[in-house]
Amino acid sequence: MPPARIEATGIHKQFPGVIALDGVSLALAPGEVLAVVGENGAGKSTLMKVLAGVYQPDAGEVRLDGNPVRFAGPGDAARAGVVLIHQELNQAENLSVTDNLFLGREPTTAGPLRVLDRRAMADRAGELLARVGLPASRAATRVESFSPGEKQLVEIARALGTAVRVLIMDEPTSSLTQRETERLYEVIAGLKAAGVSVLYISHRLAEVRRCADRVTVLRDGRNAGELPRDQITHDNMVRLMVGRDLRQFFPRDHRDRSGAGDVILSVSALRYAGGPPHPVSLDVQAGEVLGMAGLVGAGRTELAEAVFGVRWAVAGGIAVAGEPVRVGSPRDAIRAGVLLVPEDRRLHGLVLEEGVGFNLSLPNLDRLGSWVGVRGGAEAALHRTWIDRLRVRTPSAAQPAGLLSGGNQQKVVFGKWLARGPRVLILDEPTRGVDVGAKAEIYALIDELAGQGVAVWMITSDMEELLGMSDRVAVMHEGRLAGELARDALTEESVMRLATGG
Amino acid sequence: MKRILGVLALLVVLYGGLVGTYVQTAPGHEPAARTRERITGNLIDVGNIQGRYGLITVGAALVIITGGIDLSVGSVVGLAAVLFGVLMEAGVHPYLAALIVVLAGAAIGLGNGLLITQLRLQPFLATLCGMFVYRGAARLLAGTVSRSKAVEVHPEFADPLQTIRYLLVGKDATGELVFPAQFVLLLVVAAVVAFFLHRTAYGRYWYAIGYNEQAAKYAGVAVDRQRVVVYVACSALAALAGVLLFLDMPSIQSDSGGLYLELYAILGAVLGGCSLRGGEGTAVGMVLGAMVLPVLENLVNLRGLESNVIPAVIGLTLLVGTIVDEFIRRRSRLNR
Repeated sequence: MPPARIEATGIHKQFPGVIALDGVSLALAPGEVLAVVGENGAGKSTLMKVLAGVYQPDAGEVRLDGNPVRFAGPGDAARAGVVLIHQELNQAENLSVTDNLFLGREPTTAGPLRVLDRRAMADRAGELLARVGLPASRAATRVESFSPGEKQLVEIARALGTAVRVLIMDEPTSSLTQRETERLYEVIAGLKAAGVSVLYISHRLAEVRRCADRVTVLRDGRNAGELPRDQITHDNMVRLMVGRDLRQFFPRDHRDRSGAGDVILSVSALRYAGGPPHPVSLDVQAGEVLGMAGLVGAGRTELAEAVFGVRWAVAGGIAVAGEPVRVGSPRDAIRAGVLLVPEDRRLHGLVLEEGVGFNLSLPNLDRLGSWVGVRGGAEAALHRTWIDRLRVRTPSAAQPAGLLSGGNQQKVVFGKWLARGPRVLILDEPTRGVDVGAKAEIYALIDELAGQGVAVWMITSDMEELLGMSDRVAVMHEGRLAGELARDALTEESVMRLATGG
Repeated sequence: MKRILGVLALLVVLYGGLVGTYVQTAPGHEPAARTRERITGNLIDVGNIQGRYGLITVGAALVIITGGIDLSVGSVVGLAAVLFGVLMEAGVHPYLAALIVVLAGAAIGLGNGLLITQLRLQPFLATLCGMFVYRGAARLLAGTVSRSKAVEVHPEFADPLQTIRYLLVGKDATGELVFPAQFVLLLVVAAVVAFFLHRTAYGRYWYAIGYNEQAAKYAGVAVDRQRVVVYVACSALAALAGVLLFLDMPSIQSDSGGLYLELYAILGAVLGGCSLRGGEGTAVGMVLGAMVLPVLENLVNLRGLESNVIPAVIGLTLLVGTIVDEFIRRRSRLNR
């Protein structure tokens, strides 16, 4: 058997207080697509970073084409042909697409002056962009004007520009639209045909089934098992990931709730500053989960932000339980019981450097204190209550939120709102970057909240989640409400038809 | 681009005001040609000061583009001027002394850079300490330095001193300003900076580091080395400005020479389109930004206002500029 393209054996990696990798091994043949799945905190990202030279392993060995290698950094790895594309996109958005494509390896004149060869850059950029389906005409625009999906494609184009032999992608499709995802599959197929090995982390099991030759499952920093192509099924993967069978993944019973509850949130002909010219109207009833689908850029997040008072409403308004509410800022929305679990929890949901307790307290300080200050006992009780009830896995309330896994971070975001008792809960991609186990817990929580009469408005790009959790679905397309689907009309095809404007 | 237009508009207004004031206050019997001559002379004077400000502004702007800040600039200017004088009094030839001073500036920048990249100190803090340390060092070295003092001790330095004074500051033996040498020097330096910033890989690295250091690091950029380079450039340019200050002025007090110049430099950089968040700024903008304050000061003086209003005028100018800029930016973001 020829040596594997890249092979890791017995990799150990420890961080203060956590053993991230505990003897993980993995091998990848030339032209093979290997999906790595596992819950968050299972060590997938750490393993990828070890392979790509971001981290050095404490023990174990990485071999490239049979030769032991030890990369000093990501640049070093890239020169050897091992390229990592990050989960959190790492781009200098103030620079043009072309500049980003070549950052760190610009074609320049020889010698210390390193004058840029701008013609070569422009030519190569057009070529690379074409390979990921982006028009060459946008090569000179700044990356900041791109959608998240397009940024991801730029990042992939950047990797294609190197003599890449092992491409490592950490959740590449989490921000892509359907069409961009298809494009990515094509790119992967092309790379595979060219003998490039692709390592692929994903939380979208359906996707793994579609494009991987083989699946490696990690659990708690160890190998939990492998599945060859013909055994890649949803159930097999989930069983290996969580170490148990996951029945009842989606707890919703989907009774027909239309007309059953009072309308709690009523959005009428709302337009917001910087938004599309179409007014949007929407009702959410007590006890229902309204799913909202749409492609990236359809304006779902923006609409939610307008309702929550982050964006200014310029026309129309909202009413909560029949009472008109003027929402000029999130403060107003929160006072009315309309709460938002934001899409980007690391940026908008949590103060990452501060403790779990700090984050839980933050929106509840008005209830925890009097004018003399916060009552320590009440605060500690609040922390205990929500850490326990949501089963947040944290060593203490003082643990910085940024050090928790994605799923536990999300639970903290939920916790800080649940402590206030929401009437309307807006969830924007509630399980993005969340592992399977925590996903199930979050779904159960959403079900429970709806059962208590909370009006839940759930924006999601995850089709399984949308179909599994929604009682009713609203679909947005280019800033307007393209249509609504009752439970019995809800299929993947019907959603996609509306989402694509068909 | 928009930001350059803003500062350009500001400059047009200021220069217009300057010329207008001259015409308005010219004595009735003065021939127009004489008025024009006086205006030109004044503009050259202003240009000379703009040149010196510009040098430190360019240095500070490079640091700001990479997302850093250098608060020690003014003290380095003062220390450099004093060191220049002291070296010559000690018998070091003026040419050599100037070289040593600029190299000493580079060494200070190296120190700042290493503190920030190796010990991971925050740039604000590291250079704030430097601001006090270098000012103190200047005051320990001497109280006052001047060309006349140096020549008194070493009469043989009179000629070479006059030569570099003419070359770098543009003043002849009588002290008359012949041409705005410092502005010429600024244009040369700015051209070099523009080349590096906009035409070489290094410029891309500085922008990338300033906007997203992680992205640069993951792209294999030697982030620390690039950071050190800009701090070295900034302090070396400040030291050069110190040499110029010494050559231009009759004498330099170690406790006030170059005082507050770091703030002027930062102000110029920001007016010229640099963002204190890093990753933004152009060479042309830096030069334009540096031109604002000297014109403004000159205008205040000319209009017969008390010079005590200058700081307030400067502060308000920047405040208004910032508000307008923020407004434009918000609008353009909404329209996207």
